[in-house]
Amino acid sequence: MELLIIFISASIVNNFVLSYFLGICPFLGVSNKLEKAVSMGLATTFVMVLAAMVTWLINNLILIPFNLPFLQYVSFIIVIASLVQFVEMFIRKTSPALYRALGIFLPLITTNCAILGLALMSVLREYSFIQSLVFGLAAGLGFTLALCIMAGIREELELAPIPEPFKGAPITLIIAGLLALAFMGFAGLITG
Amino acid sequence: MNIILISILTMGGLGLFFAAILAIAFEKLKVEENPMVEKVLNALPGLNCGACGYTGCHDFAEKIVAQGSLDNLRCPPGGSAVVEDLSEILGISADEPIKRRAVVKCGGSTSLARDRAEYAGIQTCVAAELVGGGPKACTYGCLGFGDCAKACPFDALYIGKDGLAHVVFEKCTACGLCVTACPRKIIELIPCSNQIIVNCSSTDRCSLVREVCKVGCIGCKICERTAPGVYVVEDTLARVVFEKGDAAAEPAIVKCPTKCIVKL
Repeated sequence: MELLIIFISASIVNNFVLSYFLGICPFLGVSNKLEKAVSMGLATTFVMVLAAMVTWLINNLILIPFNLPFLQYVSFIIVIASLVQFVEMFIRKTSPALYRALGIFLPLITTNCAILGLALMSVLREYSFIQSLVFGLAAGLGFTLALCIMAGIREELELAPIPEPFKGAPITLIIAGLLALAFMGFAGLITG
Repeated sequence: MNIILISILTMGGLGLFFAAILAIAFEKLKVEENPMVEKVLNALPGLNCGACGYTGCHDFAEKIVAQGSLDNLRCPPGGSAVVEDLSEILGISADEPIKRRAVVKCGGSTSLARDRAEYAGIQTCVAAELVGGGPKACTYGCLGFGDCAKACPFDALYIGKDGLAHVVFEKCTACGLCVTACPRKIIELIPCSNQIIVNCSSTDRCSLVREVCKVGCIGCKICERTAPGVYVVEDTLARVVFEKGDAAAEPAIVKCPTKCIVKL
C-alpha cells in the first residue's frame, strides 16, 4: 500500500516535470515527436531506476557508515554521469536509429536535474531500497507521461492555425504552463 | 584530517570503480564502424560547419560512403583539394567543382548612400532591419552592423570604415553562413574566376535609387546593350552572367553611368 502511494505520488501528483519543474530541458527539446518522446522517456526511466538503486547503495553502504553525507552531491553526480555514459553506449550498440533520433539529448540526461533531484529526494525522505526503486520507476514513468502528453499535443499543433508570433517556442511554453496547471488538479489526492 | 583522507579514498574509489565499468563496457559494446567512414572523415576538413547540409563532418562522411560517389554532395570549405582526396579514397574520378567565394553586393558606403534616420537600438543588422527597415535610406543596401562578420567562422568578413561589409577572399571558403545571416540577402557566392560584379542589390526604380544612393543600379540597360548576353537586367537591377567570363564583361565598367559595375 505504501509503495502504491509512493508510485502514484511520484508519477502523477508530484510529477517531476509538471509539479517540481525538474527536467524541463528534454521536456521541451524532445517533445516534438511522440515516438522520440517515448524512447527518451524510457531511456530516462531506465537511468532513473538504475540511479535510484546505485545511489541508495552508495549512500547507505558507503556514505552513511563512513559519516560522509556531505559527499552525496558529488558522488551522485559521478554515478549519474557514468550511468548515462553506459546507457549511451548500450543504445548505440543495440539501436543506432534510436541513438541518432535522441542525438544530443542522450548525453544531456547527465545534466538532467530530474535524476539528481530523484536521488537527493529519496535520501531526504529516507526511503528503503525497495521504496527508492519504486520511487525511481514512478518518477521515470511520470516523466515519460509528461513527455508523451506534450508530444501528442505538439503533433496536433503542427496542423493548428497558430498566430504567427506564437509559433514554435512561445506556444510550447504556454502549453507547458497549462499542463502544469492541469496537473495541479491532482494535488490533494495524496499528500506526501 | 582523517575524514579528509576517507573522503578522498571514497571518491577516488568510486571514480575508479565507475571508470573500470565504463572501460569494460566500452570494449564490450564497441560499435564496428565502416573503416571507409573513418578514412573519409580524416580527409574532410573537420570544421563541422554544416555547409554541406549535414550535421557535422561525420554525418557527411557516412552519407558519402553510403552513396559511394560525390554526386550532389559538396564540401565548400574543403574545395577541390578535398574532392581530389575523396575521389582517391572512393576510387572514382570527380569533376572539379567551381570554387566560389562570397561577395557583398552593395557599394553604398556612408559617404555615397544617404541615411534616413539615426539608429541607436540593438547593434545588429537583423534588429535594425526590424525597426522600420533600418537607418539606411536604401532598403536593399548593407546595414553594416556585421551580422555576416559574426556568422563567419573563418573571420573572412569585416566591416570597413565605409560602413560596409567586406570579404577577405583569401579566407573565404564559400560555406554560405553569411548568406543566410544577412537579413537583406545581399551576399552572394560567385565563382572565384570572376572579378566583375554589379555592386548593387536594389530593385527599386531609377528615381528612387538616385534619391538614396550615388552608386546604385538604376536599371538603365546600358550594360546590357554594351555587352549583350553578359548582363541581364531584371526588375531594374543588372546582374552578370558569370559563365561568360570577365573579358566580355569588362567594356561595360566604364559605360555604367552610376559606376556600380566594379572589378573586385
